[in-house]
Amino acid sequence: MTTPKVISREATSSELDADYKWGFTIDIGSDLAPKGLSEDIVRLISAKKEEPEWMLEWRLKAYRHWEKLKFQAPKWANVKYPPIDYQDIYYYAAPKSNAPKSLDEVDPEVLEAFEKLGIPLQERERLAGVAIDAVLDSVSVATTYQGMLEKHGVIFCSMSDAVKNHPDLVKKYLGSVVPYSDNFYATLNSAVFSDGSFAYIPKGVRCPIELMTYFRINQADSGQFERTLIVCEEGAYVSYLEGCTAPARKTHQLHAAVVELVALDDSEIKYSTLQNWFPGDKDGNGGVYNFVTKRGKAAKNAKISWTQVETGSAITWKYPSCILQGDNSVGEFYSIAITNNCQQADTGTKMIHLGKNTSSKIISKGISAGRADQTYRGLVRMSAKADGARNFTQCDSLLIGDQCGAHTVPYIESKNKGAIVEHEATTSTISEDQMFYLRQRGIPPEDAIALVVNGFCREVLQQLPMEFAVEAQKLVGISLEGSVG
Amino acid sequence: MLEIKNLHVSVEGKEILKGLDLSVGPGEIHAIMGPNGSGKSTLSHVIAGRDGYEITGGRIIFQGEDLTGLEPEIRAAKGIFLAFQYPVEIPGVPNTTFLKEALNAIRRYRGEDELDAMQFVKMMREKTKELGISDDMLKRAVNVGFSGGEKKRNEILQMAVLNPVLAVLDETDSGLDIDALKVVAEGVNKLRSPDRTTLMITHYQRLLDYIVPDKVHVLAHGKIQRTGGKELALELEEKGYAEFGEAAA
Repeated sequence: MTTPKVISREATSSELDADYKWGFTIDIGSDLAPKGLSEDIVRLISAKKEEPEWMLEWRLKAYRHWEKLKFQAPKWANVKYPPIDYQDIYYYAAPKSNAPKSLDEVDPEVLEAFEKLGIPLQERERLAGVAIDAVLDSVSVATTYQGMLEKHGVIFCSMSDAVKNHPDLVKKYLGSVVPYSDNFYATLNSAVFSDGSFAYIPKGVRCPIELMTYFRINQADSGQFERTLIVCEEGAYVSYLEGCTAPARKTHQLHAAVVELVALDDSEIKYSTLQNWFPGDKDGNGGVYNFVTKRGKAAKNAKISWTQVETGSAITWKYPSCILQGDNSVGEFYSIAITNNCQQADTGTKMIHLGKNTSSKIISKGISAGRADQTYRGLVRMSAKADGARNFTQCDSLLIGDQCGAHTVPYIESKNKGAIVEHEATTSTISEDQMFYLRQRGIPPEDAIALVVNGFCREVLQQLPMEFAVEAQKLVGISLEGSVG
Repeated sequence: MLEIKNLHVSVEGKEILKGLDLSVGPGEIHAIMGPNGSGKSTLSHVIAGRDGYEITGGRIIFQGEDLTGLEPEIRAAKGIFLAFQYPVEIPGVPNTTFLKEALNAIRRYRGEDELDAMQFVKMMREKTKELGISDDMLKRAVNVGFSGGEKKRNEILQMAVLNPVLAVLDETDSGLDIDALKVVAEGVNKLRSPDRTTLMITHYQRLLDYIVPDKVHVLAHGKIQRTGGKELALELEEKGYAEFGEAAA
């Protein structure tokens, strides 16, 4: 049980140094499974969720595979942290009350929490045109706008509901892009995922509103393992937004999510993320370990576009990728990663060109400040059959101060002589001339930095949907507070 | 208005200004002329409060207040504007965004209400119209890809928007052809006001053909060597700075 406390931007000096506006916890009784992972826990999670046998089997397969991998988390990333004790983590935490049938049944404290987060869950406060699936710790709290979506045949619900109500779809597509054996964290997720979002857009339907999921880790020492699956049938379109926050905690929290996108012929999925998990305080205490696997598979003429703004987490390990399987399919990756203080990020993308005339574009903007270290790691692979394939990559790094680091590690593998791969990279700093110019015009140093950084990121910020872009710009400023020496 | 008394300034241990005295009254336009390396740019930067300039003696009094130790943004809020010799590029930041941020930062400091988007756009339209500047310049990133003339016009536009009490024009004429120079000078003249004091720092006399100063000062070897009327500029144009030992400088 946690006591309610608010660490607002004004109260920075008291609890934690980190100027983390979202750092409050909510006092709601949590339904916790015991710490640690075992076959029993996997069974318990499955039972709690009243899952069918096939789902349990899938989880157990994953768990058994993970056992073989135990303590062999990938080591190649350019991040440093002490070994994680996987037996010291809660793998299931749900708000105590049973799943609500309507908004009226949602725990008022939960609603209040979402209000604090600025998520307008209730009808009157809802962002126009955004349907939200809110995941608090691991259970979906409420999904809005259901009726309107149903009219179009769009399914947007929690993963648990999808397992119950749309088993055929889940069976067909779950693990079809990221198999349970994919990597250490994805395997762990497959065994213990407790919720997440599921979206299905039927053939030829252009989803009339943006779908959004807001994730939040509330329980101390708990891991969050949500799983998102989005399926776009032939000719369908969806724009999906994902927001993440976690309260300020003095211990580290593990977040190992999996996102799978299935874009069938002629369809398009636009996936935007605003990741603002707690980054830890300025000395590196606390903060989320964000070890996430995101991947999409694009069929003929399909398009998958990832846009991410990563400002939070103590450590980020994340490579949203596209498998460009169908001819003429398109993959895009637009990324802003900001690391300040002791944050570390090893992030980038993979573009796997399999089909003919496939094209991909990578625009990565990395900003490093304080003592933070950041690596862009990206793979562009042109298979032998990818005639006419094309990639353009641009990686720009901006350094603030003289104690941070930026690294660019592009992997380019081309087995096709006709494929075109272009890579451009720059590293720059905010010059003393720029700072003086802006300050001479009356702009204080921190605002000046935010302005320059927003300008540096503009190409990516422009990719974000309107509501997100405004929030993202603010986040950019907030994450860099205290970076002026 | 602006009183500089016995100002000594060093850069990286080397003394550049060596006891400079200057007094500029409200609404006046003064020209500071001098050979290269005489300390002209140092003077403009030290008035604006740039880091790296160490004041080892003397004072800069602006509207009765000693500026020493004030941050550049505070000086800006108090009404000091520096038109840069080399305006700086800020990639990806539209001119309007930059100007709105600057203006509102200054208004905040002064305890005035910030302008909202509508009010700001309205004001910008008036200013660009007044100065004959195309709206296109507002949408472009600050100084990125601007010609020399455009950069200087942009400085004048910023000055019009921020409406300073003291404007320091640092070699505003440098790098401009005669047409661009006329346009910039016209802008400065339009912004002439009894409430605004202007300090023009220049190497050449030609700017003064278009902006007529009340006084001309000759800066050499870190000090004001001579002060006179606008005819002093013409004298300098004829004789050069030899009298002040330019060859030796």
